[in-house]
Amino acid sequence: MTDALIAITVLWGFVFIYAVMATMDFGAGFWSMIYIDREKTKATNIANRYLSPTWEVTNTFIVALVVAVYSLFPTAAYTLGTILLVPGSMILLLLALRSAFLVFSNVATEYKKPLTYISGITGIIIPGLLIAVLPITHGEFVDYGNGLTQLNLGRLFTSPNVYTFIGFAFSSTLFLSSLLLADYSKTSEEMDAYRVYLRDAKIAGPISLLMAFCIMLTLKEEARWIYDRMMEDLPLLLTSLGFFLLGGAGLFLPNFFSKGVKGMPRLSVIAVTAQYLIASYVYGKAHLPYIVYPNVTIQSAFTDPNSFRAVFITYIVGFAILFPGFIYFWSLFMHDKKFLRQKTNPNQ
Amino acid sequence: MDDLLIARSLFGTTMAFHIIFATIGVGLPLMILTAELMYQRTKDQDYVVMAKRWTKAFAVLLGVGIPTGTIAGVQLSLLWPGFMEVIGRVMPLPFQIEIYAFFVEALFMSIYVYAAERIAPWMRIVSLILVAMGALASAVLITNVHAFQGTPAGFRYEDGKYLDIDPWAAFFNPSFFVTAGHVALSAYVTGAFVVASVAAFKLMKSDFGSRVYKLHQKAIMISLVVGGIASFLTALNGHESAQYLHEYQPEKLAAAEGLFETQDHAPLAIGGFTDRETKEIKWAIEIPWALSFLAGNSFDTVVVGLNDFPEEYWPPLFVHTLFNAMVGIGSLLILISLLGIAWKKFLKKDHFPKVFLWTLVASGPLAVAAIEFGWIFACTGRQPWVIYRILSTAQSATTAANLGILFILFAFVYVILGTAVVFVLLYYFRKNTVLDDLQRAEKKSVPLFSSNS
Repeated sequence: MTDALIAITVLWGFVFIYAVMATMDFGAGFWSMIYIDREKTKATNIANRYLSPTWEVTNTFIVALVVAVYSLFPTAAYTLGTILLVPGSMILLLLALRSAFLVFSNVATEYKKPLTYISGITGIIIPGLLIAVLPITHGEFVDYGNGLTQLNLGRLFTSPNVYTFIGFAFSSTLFLSSLLLADYSKTSEEMDAYRVYLRDAKIAGPISLLMAFCIMLTLKEEARWIYDRMMEDLPLLLTSLGFFLLGGAGLFLPNFFSKGVKGMPRLSVIAVTAQYLIASYVYGKAHLPYIVYPNVTIQSAFTDPNSFRAVFITYIVGFAILFPGFIYFWSLFMHDKKFLRQKTNPNQ
Repeated sequence: MDDLLIARSLFGTTMAFHIIFATIGVGLPLMILTAELMYQRTKDQDYVVMAKRWTKAFAVLLGVGIPTGTIAGVQLSLLWPGFMEVIGRVMPLPFQIEIYAFFVEALFMSIYVYAAERIAPWMRIVSLILVAMGALASAVLITNVHAFQGTPAGFRYEDGKYLDIDPWAAFFNPSFFVTAGHVALSAYVTGAFVVASVAAFKLMKSDFGSRVYKLHQKAIMISLVVGGIASFLTALNGHESAQYLHEYQPEKLAAAEGLFETQDHAPLAIGGFTDRETKEIKWAIEIPWALSFLAGNSFDTVVVGLNDFPEEYWPPLFVHTLFNAMVGIGSLLILISLLGIAWKKFLKKDHFPKVFLWTLVASGPLAVAAIEFGWIFACTGRQPWVIYRILSTAQSATTAANLGILFILFAFVYVILGTAVVFVLLYYFRKNTVLDDLQRAEKKSVPLFSSNS
């Protein structure tokens, strides 16, 4: 494996981790808004219990991702910085409003409702804009002329392919987050909330799959090169579909372990994560060697070898040091039954 | 305005807004830690209540500090792609390592706030130390990029190419320690005086001798001690920073001091305005020989004046005023701490005079203003360069036009966030008074810290 390939794998890893964490994060914010008036089911409480301690950590991953782009592929950072000025700025503005009002809504309890609405709505728009970066890197919306590289916003926002990506981001956000929250509320023994999220996952799941098919159909028209390359890995795409079905089975089948409970949300979470992992691997592989088609490749954009070595060592050392921290964090907020099953949540 | 000026204004506005939260975000954890340690030493509940309330304020401020920091980090690439391409190639380590510091801070901040009642007291202290260290490390590392911009190292620049890159040599560029030290220490100054400001204001509103009054008085005292030590060290370090400018960026020092003629026995000009036309400084108080001594520890030191540089390399001349304002406020803060500690500890008076309390109220905003002045001085004083004598700001800017609308949008969002955060803080602390927290702290059955989450 060449250094550039290792580097793009690290970057892809960050994209995937952030994508999963962010969908859960923005989705949880959205559900907390939707169920704010249905106090009995505790669905909002569950969403907040997940969200409050995790949003900062999730946010750190997007910074890690951006830093990884410019320290591993500085030339790509140049092109991406130039063409993403407008969509990037929109994401930043929404992210700022979303994070700040998420914190505010938990502090100014009397104004919780309007503040939750602001953070919920801004939050659910963000994944749609984030995913628009992918079709932008397919190249057909970038104009090169008299030495300037520019994003053609008119073409971008009239492309059916871009809208299928946005639709996919929206439905996946709802799907993954309701799955996770279903599992989270089951562990927390909040069965009312569990049933709510189980139902939401059953609705959002098929929609997200439909959107994925629509992406492939429009991709065939608009960016044939990547469609063809993805179809070369058809067996893997079918495996991914298989994991989707397994995840779906986990939602409908009776639980093998606890009697009288419907669904095995933990199985679904794992299966669906595997589904997205495989699909995003196929997409990423087809995208290579281009970072921005057709001018920026991983080789042409790669950083200085000395810098790469130094950065790579910090990755190993950094994550070795952080790993126990993540484990401790996970055990306190995802695994501690005392925390999860708190009956009343003071000041929430 | 041309596109370059709008790009600079947009990024400058982002930084000016973010830096308030970032600075307090580094300074406040040290104050919280000091309060927690004071509690361990004295077992006085007041200190736990302070720690709890400051933690809440910290968590709310992070709600703005984190997203604006994210904006700053990403906007670097969006507005200055030419700069970030070079940084990515030569100086990636500070950003990279900062991510780990950021993770440490985010993980343990959540643990400290949301798991406070479930973890052992010693683990709470450890979490807090990790939060404070993470915040400090982020500030030090980001400042390192700024240091590199002034004293680039770790590569050879030939025909527009960056050769023989050594990222660790770039990391340990000459001004790293002195610049990062200045930012870290001044953040502790700011954290302490922001606390002193609020405590002084609240003290004046409470009855003399009441529980609440005593709590605020204790808060003022630890602020004065922490703030006094930090501001004294900041001044020492500032002196060294000026000597680094003398050695590495002489035109920046010349502009800061309003010096045109290269000379030994150079005078130090305090106040006044630098006149570009007549090439002299007007209305300033001049202390003979002092600048030479400050720059090189000897009156014979030759200090280079602006006349020795082509005018297009001159930094903007208003930096002289910013520099004076920063040094002036820093000196005032040292004086305030000395007076306050002397009044209480040596003269053993119970009451602070009203004038002193009002000065304390002003000290927090003044400290923040000094931070702003210092950063504007440091960044505009480097112009026209983004990397000193290597890459100009104009060359590194985005080629996109029509940035005006983005500038308006970002400014608008900062106004919303700035207003909202003030209202939220006021709202929360009005609803949850010191007295409420004191009562929670006394009744062991009512968890104090989880009322934070």
